[in-house]
Amino acid sequence: MTQTDQRFDRAELEDVARRGRIHILRAVAHAKGGHVGGPYSAMDMLTALYFRIMNIRPDEPDWPERDRFVLSKGHSAIAIYTVLAMRGYFPEDELLTFDAINSRLQGHPDMTITPGIDMSSGSLGLGFSAALGIALGARAKQAGFRTYVMLGDGECNEGIVWEGAHVAARYGLDNLTAIIDHNKLQQFGWRGATAAERITPYSGSQLADRWKAFGWHVLETDGHDMAQVIDTLEGAKAVRGAPVAVVAHTVKGKGVSFMEGDFTWHARVPTEEEFAQAMRELGESEGGRP
Amino acid sequence: MSTLVQGKPLRVAFGETIAALGNNDERIVVLDGDTGSSTRTDIFENAHPERFFQMGIAEQNMLGMAAGMATVGLIPIVSTFACFIVSRAHDPIRVLIAQPKLNVKLMAGYAGLLAGMTGKTHLIFDDVAIMRSMANMTVVAPADEVETRKALPAIIAHEGPVYFRLTRETSPILFDDDYRFELGKVVTVREGSDVTVFSTGTQTPRAYEAAMILADVGIDVHLVHVPTIKPLDVDAVVAAARKTGRVVTTEEHTIVGGLGGAIAEVLGERAPMPVHRHGLQDVFGESGPNAALVEKYGISPEATAAAIRDLVG
Repeated sequence: MTQTDQRFDRAELEDVARRGRIHILRAVAHAKGGHVGGPYSAMDMLTALYFRIMNIRPDEPDWPERDRFVLSKGHSAIAIYTVLAMRGYFPEDELLTFDAINSRLQGHPDMTITPGIDMSSGSLGLGFSAALGIALGARAKQAGFRTYVMLGDGECNEGIVWEGAHVAARYGLDNLTAIIDHNKLQQFGWRGATAAERITPYSGSQLADRWKAFGWHVLETDGHDMAQVIDTLEGAKAVRGAPVAVVAHTVKGKGVSFMEGDFTWHARVPTEEEFAQAMRELGESEGGRP
Repeated sequence: MSTLVQGKPLRVAFGETIAALGNNDERIVVLDGDTGSSTRTDIFENAHPERFFQMGIAEQNMLGMAAGMATVGLIPIVSTFACFIVSRAHDPIRVLIAQPKLNVKLMAGYAGLLAGMTGKTHLIFDDVAIMRSMANMTVVAPADEVETRKALPAIIAHEGPVYFRLTRETSPILFDDDYRFELGKVVTVREGSDVTVFSTGTQTPRAYEAAMILADVGIDVHLVHVPTIKPLDVDAVVAAARKTGRVVTTEEHTIVGGLGGAIAEVLGERAPMPVHRHGLQDVFGESGPNAALVEKYGISPEATAAAIRDLVG
């Protein structure tokens, strides 16, 4: 799975994402901490990026011409670690060291210790700015690689996101694709009719409208439809003169029925029963804890 | 009384020097937070327009983008007022630059007291305390125009983040053209036997003039300039302190956590002795002409001399 030029078809990608969700829940259960909802909403897109879209060399993580990826929603770290491990950057067994002492897999990504992490992140909004810097730097050096960055929709509350959105459009950074994981929930969010019901950080077309207003070329996709995700990300490469924002409509906790759309799964450790049921739903026949 | 000649404003020395360094190093890029006409990065913009990036009035994003640019092998020089770098953009510096040890140079203009007529928002003199407490950060405060020119090539050559403290105004020239700057090393400005004075940044010329005043009344000051506050030249500091057994620190910075704090920490562990911290007190700044501020806040050569004399008794 480490060859650069291997083409994964849609069914293979969907299976990678499914197995990735199993890895994620195992790692979080093992660590007794971590995020689930955000990693699950991002998983299909991360799979498409690392197994299909990006030009990378897992056996040469620092290859200068590689496409870059920054997980600005850094609290979904276990999702990027899982994809990196499955892509061959480091052993899949290492995922169980997530959040453990002396682990390379920190609670939030650390570029200085984890192979394949192009930028440290964790304080929301910062990774986005760093990605813009990578893209501007690539242009200054006349390098041909593309930079990808993933933000959460809640993350778009941060002022720095809009500072960067303004500057990126001024420089017409068309060598960059920002993916907004629009899973309609944030950690706690604004109260709805009841305490259990939280209001989406941006409703309807608000998010797309804002990126458009800042001068970005906006594309939208169902973030769980693998074919649509691939088409959208490929299409983004052809845009000229403006940075591309892909507003990806997703479901927080996607893939496990009782997690989907429930804000409490932003960061939560499953009980034995929840773990077993999630494993069954994800098609893991063995079902047990690691 | 002043025996020193006024030099160019440090900001002009800075602008001219980075423009010249840019001639020989294609990796150098400048990011400006809409203050280039003040901080004098406009000199670089005119010389290298393709490597000058206007980032607008958005300091957090500017520091974040600088980090990204450093990852592709560029050497970003980020320039705006110190208050906006240190306070406003603290989080991206900490998370994206210091922790990953990225090669970003923070050029903090208008630091200290000499940006009069701006007042409490812009006058920042807790910046050294804040930046030296950040892991992986190197902190340098030049004394004059000459040292600014000499320090910049060393800072560019150093692999890793550096905070460089610049002032808006002129400072008396202390060093001559033969001066050699060494990152991480102190400089003995004057040999003396009665009291050891450590100073940094633009306070050093004032400390030198204070030493001249004290020489006239028979007090022999051993004056050590500390341009690199972090990492501190610990052995040299201890040796200089032991030389007289009496220590005064003086700085155009709060006495909380700056040079005085750094020296007291080291001597407390290595050579316990009284350390008298002279500088700005635990207060905010205000508007006023620079000379009036220097006078009111008690860091003039005369006030510095008086503080040293009080200790020596």
